[in-house]
Amino acid sequence: MSGTRRLLAGLNRRPRLAAAALLGPGTLWLLLFFFVPIAVVFAYSFMTRGVYGGVTGGFTLEHYRRFLDPLYLGVLRRTVALAVSCTVLCLVVGYPVAYTIARAGRWKHLLLFLIVVPLWTSFLVRTYALIFLLRDTGFVNAVLLALGVVREPLVLLYTPGAVLAGLVYGYLPLMVLPIYVSLEKLDPTLLEAAEVLGARPLARFWRITLPLSAPGVVAGAMLVFIPALGAFLTPDLLGGAKQMMVGTLVQNQFGGARNWPFGSAVSFILMAVVLVAVLAYLRLRDRAPMEAVA
Amino acid sequence: MTRRLPRSLVAFTALCFLLLHLPVLVLAVFSLNRSRFSVQWTGFTLEWYRRLLERQDILAALRVSLTVGAVSTLVSTVLGTMIALALARHRFRGRTLLEGLLYLPIVTPEIVVGISLLLLFATLHMALGISTIVVAHVAFSVSFVTVVVRARLEGMDRTLEEAALTLGADEVATFRRVTLPLLWPGILAGALLAFTMSIDDFVITFFVSGPGSTTLPVLIYSMARRTIEPTINAVSTVLVVVTTVLIFFFDRLTRGRGPREGTL
Amino acid sequence: MTGTGPQSSDLVVQLSRASKRFGTVTAVDAVSLDIRRGEFFSLLGPSGCGKTTTLRLVAGLEEPDDGDVRLLGKVVNRRRPYERPVAMVFQNYALFPHLDVRRNVAFGLEQRRVPADRIRERVRRALGLVRLDPDTYARRMPSQLSGGQRQRVALARALVIEPAILLLDEPLGAIDLKLRKEMQLELKALNRQLGITFVYVTHDQEEALTMSDRIAVMNQGRVAQVGTPAEIYENPRTAFVADFIGECNFFDGTVAERDGAMATVARDDGLRFRIPAVNGVAPGRAVRIAVRPEWHDVWRPDEVPPAENAIPGVVRDVVYLGETVHVLVRLPEGADARVALRNEGQLTKPVPWRAGDQVAVGWLPEDCQVLEEE
Repeated sequence: MSGTRRLLAGLNRRPRLAAAALLGPGTLWLLLFFFVPIAVVFAYSFMTRGVYGGVTGGFTLEHYRRFLDPLYLGVLRRTVALAVSCTVLCLVVGYPVAYTIARAGRWKHLLLFLIVVPLWTSFLVRTYALIFLLRDTGFVNAVLLALGVVREPLVLLYTPGAVLAGLVYGYLPLMVLPIYVSLEKLDPTLLEAAEVLGARPLARFWRITLPLSAPGVVAGAMLVFIPALGAFLTPDLLGGAKQMMVGTLVQNQFGGARNWPFGSAVSFILMAVVLVAVLAYLRLRDRAPMEAVA
Repeated sequence: MTRRLPRSLVAFTALCFLLLHLPVLVLAVFSLNRSRFSVQWTGFTLEWYRRLLERQDILAALRVSLTVGAVSTLVSTVLGTMIALALARHRFRGRTLLEGLLYLPIVTPEIVVGISLLLLFATLHMALGISTIVVAHVAFSVSFVTVVVRARLEGMDRTLEEAALTLGADEVATFRRVTLPLLWPGILAGALLAFTMSIDDFVITFFVSGPGSTTLPVLIYSMARRTIEPTINAVSTVLVVVTTVLIFFFDRLTRGRGPREGTL
Repeated sequence: MTGTGPQSSDLVVQLSRASKRFGTVTAVDAVSLDIRRGEFFSLLGPSGCGKTTTLRLVAGLEEPDDGDVRLLGKVVNRRRPYERPVAMVFQNYALFPHLDVRRNVAFGLEQRRVPADRIRERVRRALGLVRLDPDTYARRMPSQLSGGQRQRVALARALVIEPAILLLDEPLGAIDLKLRKEMQLELKALNRQLGITFVYVTHDQEEALTMSDRIAVMNQGRVAQVGTPAEIYENPRTAFVADFIGECNFFDGTVAERDGAMATVARDDGLRFRIPAVNGVAPGRAVRIAVRPEWHDVWRPDEVPPAENAIPGVVRDVVYLGETVHVLVRLPEGADARVALRNEGQLTKPVPWRAGDQVAVGWLPEDCQVLEEE
């Protein structure tokens, strides 16, 4: 038996060793370039700011304390409010869309493709496209002016509405897909049984479709809420300085403000909020397994 | 489900799709507009696309994007496939922990990932350049590749490999002649996804790229900050078209495989 | 089996107290089996009895935790499947979906680096063996074949490498009845024709009885009995074997006395019946006998022949099964006895029993099987 053969046969016999060999490189990469950096951020959040930016050593809680200033708490509040509004809007818009796709028959595949493409298209390009549309000399205003609907260009950019619109526009596909998946798995015979038992369309939706699609709804809400919390591009490009969210706050600390430790602290607070949301989602998901029994 | 959908629902959905795609479509349309400044349509032209080929900064950014894309795709596909093989084929302790950890890159806000890597490179006194971008892209792509390849693996019939073993093929030959050919569409799909994410990424790349290593999205960002010119529209449209084509092939590769490809 | 048993060179598969555990579950528990060259040997038992795991131990897809596996006289415990003289046909066929029929069948030959023209020839011959026309089927993909056709291709793929031992894991499970019966006969014919040893796993006792030279009945990881179909059916050793194969009525009692070749057994309700005094039958011993439905007769209570044992009861139902008519008799202890009477034409010579009749279920003392303890 050749050397490689013997090695592989031996590995086959020791599944744990084989698993370790396969997992090793990838896990190592993730550890080094994902988890260690996060730990570095954590460490930095306790250090003192250097005179010209960067850090000097020492241990201090001043950056976390600084975050408790109403100014920054306000940013956090606005961020959470915007993330929640975005999630709710995405749900209200996304559910009907997902429902339609699930019932679309022949068109299902095309529609799914049309939902997936924006998901993977560069977020920057999409956001820039929104700027192109919404700015004072942009497309929307040009149309409105040409039609005589308004006499002066509407200020659409750099408003809270613009940021919210940008967030919904960006994350809507993330809400639609999980809801679609759970609606797709819905057993149509359940609805037929309900109909035979006398339930009318609205009742069937309310009592069967909606509850059984709840896992998809919750998953979609998570997939929208979490990135929305950490949104940076949208408030930066569409909101301007007045609509600061936690993401832009962090970016400022690494850009103009050059306060890396404070930026690290804010990042960590952001991660903590995200973690709380994820844990809440997991608990919610495990407590109410709404699997339809086929 | 043959019952007709309410017309209002269909109209609403159509409107949503329109709004979802309108911005980019408008962008693309105006990349063909002769006028430089206004949004009045003054005529059809490919001038702005021609200009792309003359702009050194755009060509350089394209080169960087492709290089980073190719390298990071290769690395993350190999690593992600290995992890998927381990997860799908082996039982081991700490498995659920690992799965949870693999989901973290997907869930963590991009800005946090970006600055964390920036801090790491600063601490290590590493210069920001193509290699740092590659490192970052691999870090966030691996999890996605793993998910895609694993889905394909779990749909695969394990008795196929057992049959190959009983027919005289050792582990290497079995992998080469049975596992790999059947897994290949999944690996390719994962690679396409990794490449798409790499060329389209902005936030993370923004933090870990240096002066000589600007990618297309980062270039678009800085161009957009300075002025609004149709060249930006053109380069953005190119990026969107490329992405759409890639996702089209990704869709083809991940569609319709599964139970039909098994042996029953 | 000693003395007149087979020479060890005739034994192609030998399991010596082989065991396999998965976590806390013992799938195969100290199993010992000897399989002879060229025989059609079946592993029969209910789901979970360990028959498939035993087959996989022979194949090398599992390695024994204890005991030995010998193939062609050599210990192969640690040898991989590709180092063993075996080929296997799987329950779900396991045809490579990315290869056409020709390349599926040629797979093992290509592994062995057989020259291309020889491969072509042998593939054609193998497809002919399983009655698939090479010209029609060679280029088809597995997804274009029916279940029965796929099974034939799987068989051809295994046979073409001319293995010493062919392992089959419930290969006919997913095939419909009529085709299944055809293929059973074909498999049996191939076994005879090629002289290859077949080890066949099934849960279908009729299938095992039809095809096998010998059967090993398994239960909960152990071998309950090994024997020819006749031995298994007519002389089941334990209640499990008696019940699993065919149908059986069971009667319990305690040995009252023994005189020479016979013994008398007394039941709790006072009835007595006579049994052959086989080994271990001694007064005071609790005993269980098995009587197959076709060994029984049904009599009017006063017309029972003196030589027969009889238990009184009331007819509960008469079931028409075509070849036979089954009479279900409710016995005093509440259980039913099933009696199978040959159908000599219900329209001309009908069975005289109706539900509600008082009858006696009888059998000759030698027409029973004294069961061992499990």
